[in-house]
Amino acid sequence: MAFKIIEAKCTGCGACEFECPNKAIAEKSGVFAINPKKCTECAGFFDSPQCVAACPVPKTVVQAF
Amino acid sequence: MHVAVAPACNIQCNYCNRKYDCSNESRPGVVSEKLTAEQAAHKVLAVAAEVPQLSVVGIAGPGDALANAPKTFRTFELIQEALPHLKLCLSTNGLALPDHVEKIAAMGVDHVTITINMVDPEIGVKIYPWIFFRHKRWEGLEAAKILHQRQMEGLEALTAKGILVKINSVLIPGINDQHLVEVNKAVRARGAFLHNVMPLISDPAHGTHFGLTGQRGPTPSELRTVQDNLGDAKLMRHCRQCRADAVGLLGEDRGAEFTLDKLTEVKPFDPKKREMYLSVVERERADRQRAKEMASAPEKIEETPLLVAVATKGGGRINQHFGHATEFQVFEVTSAGAKFIGHRRTDKYCVGGTDDSDAMTTTLAALEGVSAVLCAKIGNKPKERLKDAGIIASDEFAFDYIEASAITWYASRNKSGSKAASA
Repeated sequence: MAFKIIEAKCTGCGACEFECPNKAIAEKSGVFAINPKKCTECAGFFDSPQCVAACPVPKTVVQAF
Repeated sequence: MHVAVAPACNIQCNYCNRKYDCSNESRPGVVSEKLTAEQAAHKVLAVAAEVPQLSVVGIAGPGDALANAPKTFRTFELIQEALPHLKLCLSTNGLALPDHVEKIAAMGVDHVTITINMVDPEIGVKIYPWIFFRHKRWEGLEAAKILHQRQMEGLEALTAKGILVKINSVLIPGINDQHLVEVNKAVRARGAFLHNVMPLISDPAHGTHFGLTGQRGPTPSELRTVQDNLGDAKLMRHCRQCRADAVGLLGEDRGAEFTLDKLTEVKPFDPKKREMYLSVVERERADRQRAKEMASAPEKIEETPLLVAVATKGGGRINQHFGHATEFQVFEVTSAGAKFIGHRRTDKYCVGGTDDSDAMTTTLAALEGVSAVLCAKIGNKPKERLKDAGIIASDEFAFDYIEASAITWYASRNKSGSKAASA
């Protein structure tokens, strides 16, 4: 269970990075990426995944598998 | 100057899309590079050494300065450590504001700008599709209600602490043009010191919701009508809707000179240069004030005021070539006085290409309703084009003070007009 960021759509604003309770998101050459090993889809922290809710570009943070 | 340390935002506005960036373009929310707090402080030092005028550093996005508040405050701390004489300001949509008022006051932030486009959530629904608040995405009326309530709360808390608050409103024809009077009343009642109404910039190429759905921006005269209807409120008329990484004086962005790759070697800041600059400003101001006082005649006669556009590089003088002007200062003129009413920009959009006829069309649209253009010099062709559009262009007041020249132009124009009528 993890999310991923579609690189081509990411604007690099970083709104997801500081909302992530697991510190699973980091910048990689101008765009952001989620470490699937750290992502818990915010289970136990919040009702909805924070990166999905904070991202300004529709359908950019999606289910990884 | 603005430092672009805040790319993230906590709301979505229908007039904003931060992905689109054209380096020739100047409008809010646009930057060429994002900075860390340390890079921003480094850049401020570099600019302070080169530009002795530098007195205010602001954080205006391209997102919201308080969406990632720790980064904004860290940047301020670094700047304050290095150059304590600089004033700090920030710009926010207000959603996170109430949570940070204490810190803003403690840091001695000089002023805060809140963008408030509505005080009625029903109208807000048409402007804001969603907000991200308390770890949740809110949509529709609920989102607009929360945003409105947080904006008012933040504004009240800031003014209660004695912090200057300016309000920005985006004029969106058909959505909030009638409503901005209410916004003005609400923010004035809560102690805002300045209200700045700026035109919606809408272009499909920018990829904004409004741009893509054909929502148009206001014409210069529509903007003025709204501004005039706001009555005796203190209005800001010199806004140029600059980029979130702008450097330098209004209308003369030097941001491109100070990109990170050019900042390898930073000269030390020299306070003497700044003192020298301040004394020159003081002298010029006094000089200009005298010219203004001499120009205003005491008796008042019923006259039709005319709009005069001026090409200027600053200093209150008519000192710019018509073809070099990317904006004009517009004055409402009678023989008794000249009142500054705003700027008209000709470079707001990334037009692409340098076709002169295109440039002239943009300029003519910007000069809508203007009777005369005063400049340092103008070529015959553009002069003809202006004449065809019913605008008189003159360079006979080159390098003179603006107000005095505009009044002289007005008076002499009336004289030659009556001569022609009696002949």
